[in-house]
Amino acid sequence: MTSATAPVRTPEEEAARNRVRHFIGIVGKTVFIALILAFFVLPVLWLVFAPFDAHPGLNVKVPDFTLHNFAVLFANADAMASLGNSLILAIGSMVIVLVLGSLSSYALSRVRIPGRDVLLYSLLLLSSIITGTAAMVPTFLLMVKLGLIDSQFGVILVLSGGILPTVIFILKDFMDSTPKSYEESARLYGAKPLRILWDVVVPLARPGLAAIAVWAVVQVWGNFLVPYILLRSPSKSPAAVVMYTFYTEGGQPDLALISAFSLLFSLPVVAMYFFVSRRYGFRFHGGIKG
Amino acid sequence: MAATRSSTDVLAAPSAAPAGAVRARARRAADDGDVAGLGRARAAAFVAPSLVLIGVFLVFPALWTLYLGLTNYRLSGSAALHPKFVGIQNYLSALSDDRFANSLVLTLAFVFGSAVIGQSVLGFSIAWLATRLNSTVRSVVEFFVLLAWIIPSSVTTFLWYALLDGTDGTLNSILGTAHLAWLLQYPLQCIIVFNTWVGTAFSMMLFSSALASVPPSQLETARMAGAGTFAQFRDVIFPHIRGHALTNTLLITLWTFNTFTPYLLTAGGPDDRSNILPIFIYRLALNDGALGQGAAISLIMIVINLVIATVYLRLLKERKK
Repeated sequence: MTSATAPVRTPEEEAARNRVRHFIGIVGKTVFIALILAFFVLPVLWLVFAPFDAHPGLNVKVPDFTLHNFAVLFANADAMASLGNSLILAIGSMVIVLVLGSLSSYALSRVRIPGRDVLLYSLLLLSSIITGTAAMVPTFLLMVKLGLIDSQFGVILVLSGGILPTVIFILKDFMDSTPKSYEESARLYGAKPLRILWDVVVPLARPGLAAIAVWAVVQVWGNFLVPYILLRSPSKSPAAVVMYTFYTEGGQPDLALISAFSLLFSLPVVAMYFFVSRRYGFRFHGGIKG
Repeated sequence: MAATRSSTDVLAAPSAAPAGAVRARARRAADDGDVAGLGRARAAAFVAPSLVLIGVFLVFPALWTLYLGLTNYRLSGSAALHPKFVGIQNYLSALSDDRFANSLVLTLAFVFGSAVIGQSVLGFSIAWLATRLNSTVRSVVEFFVLLAWIIPSSVTTFLWYALLDGTDGTLNSILGTAHLAWLLQYPLQCIIVFNTWVGTAFSMMLFSSALASVPPSQLETARMAGAGTFAQFRDVIFPHIRGHALTNTLLITLWTFNTFTPYLLTAGGPDDRSNILPIFIYRLALNDGALGQGAAISLIMIVINLVIATVYLRLLKERKK
């Protein structure tokens, strides 16, 4: 069909045409990759160079190398405290969702409670429709009424409540796939359910728990909105919020401090992400970003 | 009697019940997968703490929104002490409020531009291109796309602020457009491009795994039959990834619709030109103090979320079958 309608070409012409087409394909691909890389790399360059620049500006430039910005950062008590606060919020939420999540996902995995699947799906539905932004007004008021405004514990509770449904949903899948024979034998030796959960099930579900732990830390580490509306004192605020208070006396952003701070604030989650995805092949899905 | 309530108690005191009954109960427990002998009462106790936390900090706020939206509650002043029930007043005034209409239009443009068009198309293009790259180049590209997603939003918004700044920004010096204040002149376009940059990683990962599931033999057959790149896409690849594409669109729509991050870049301004719904609610309720009105608009958001999430969950269930 096609050969009948297409103009007749000699084999040499055909080969030349293919070479040209191949060449154009390679050029097109290269240009496209270059554009994508430029788009994704350009904004990050500042984070790579400015922290080591003796005179950081907003512009990306080859740094006049120094570690002075980090000395400024380490000497700034507020900045260091805010990183500590981020750690408190992240670890606090992680512990809560791991403990409560393991208990409930184990029970939901092993005991046939009527309406279990409906419960699981409605939990998942709830966590995706009642987001931090959609519920900020009532959450704020609730915390005022509970006297938990300006309390890190309050922030931990709100963040945990928000991610717990997803945690239960994912952990239940892990629990479902752990072998049950060990639990049977542990039970024959008279172990109580909590002990079985702790000594038998938790070690078996460790990859799932580790992945969830990292996921929870990443979610909380970067969260801006919840601590922003619920905390009042800068001394309790996490890095995500405090970063916006770094101004020089002249009212300009303190770029020496901000650049070193941004790098130190970003590195833990980037390192954790790549550690986990290498080790468990785990990829983060969903959550309460923003 | 306590002894009959859970099967572990029975195990501890086997003589208290006839042996046959114990065995029957154990068999029933095994059928339920209840090999640790949790029993329903203890299982409920295990689940309860989670449900309390979720109930208080997730479900209750949503229900309260329902009520708050019907009042004239304010952050301060007399309506803070004695809020009145005003019925659907807040909804009526939202519907006739130009700022709300503006915010809704901006949100639609933001979600459509950055999620549906930006993240999906770019994410798919990168995933598709990656199948034709050698593994080193592929890892480099994927690394940088992922990096934008992983770096905390407070930092990424600052990076974009530095990039787009009108006096010293990197973009102006590259393009030679001195003193063009991108964030002030094109605030909506800026947050659309920014959000595309942040979120493309998810679409890329999802489409990567979708493309990996296309049987190579079918592609080979199409190629042998002389199908060009576009025909391969239309006849082989697209039918395979349609489901993934839909899931992807729904998820990123939901996330983009709810993101507060652009606040850190433009704070909704200048004026209201990038005032998408989450920022609108924040400014209305917590800056201006109109809690009742803010709650009413929150409820509208929750309803829209509900529609998107329901469609998504239905798709998820169908795919699992």
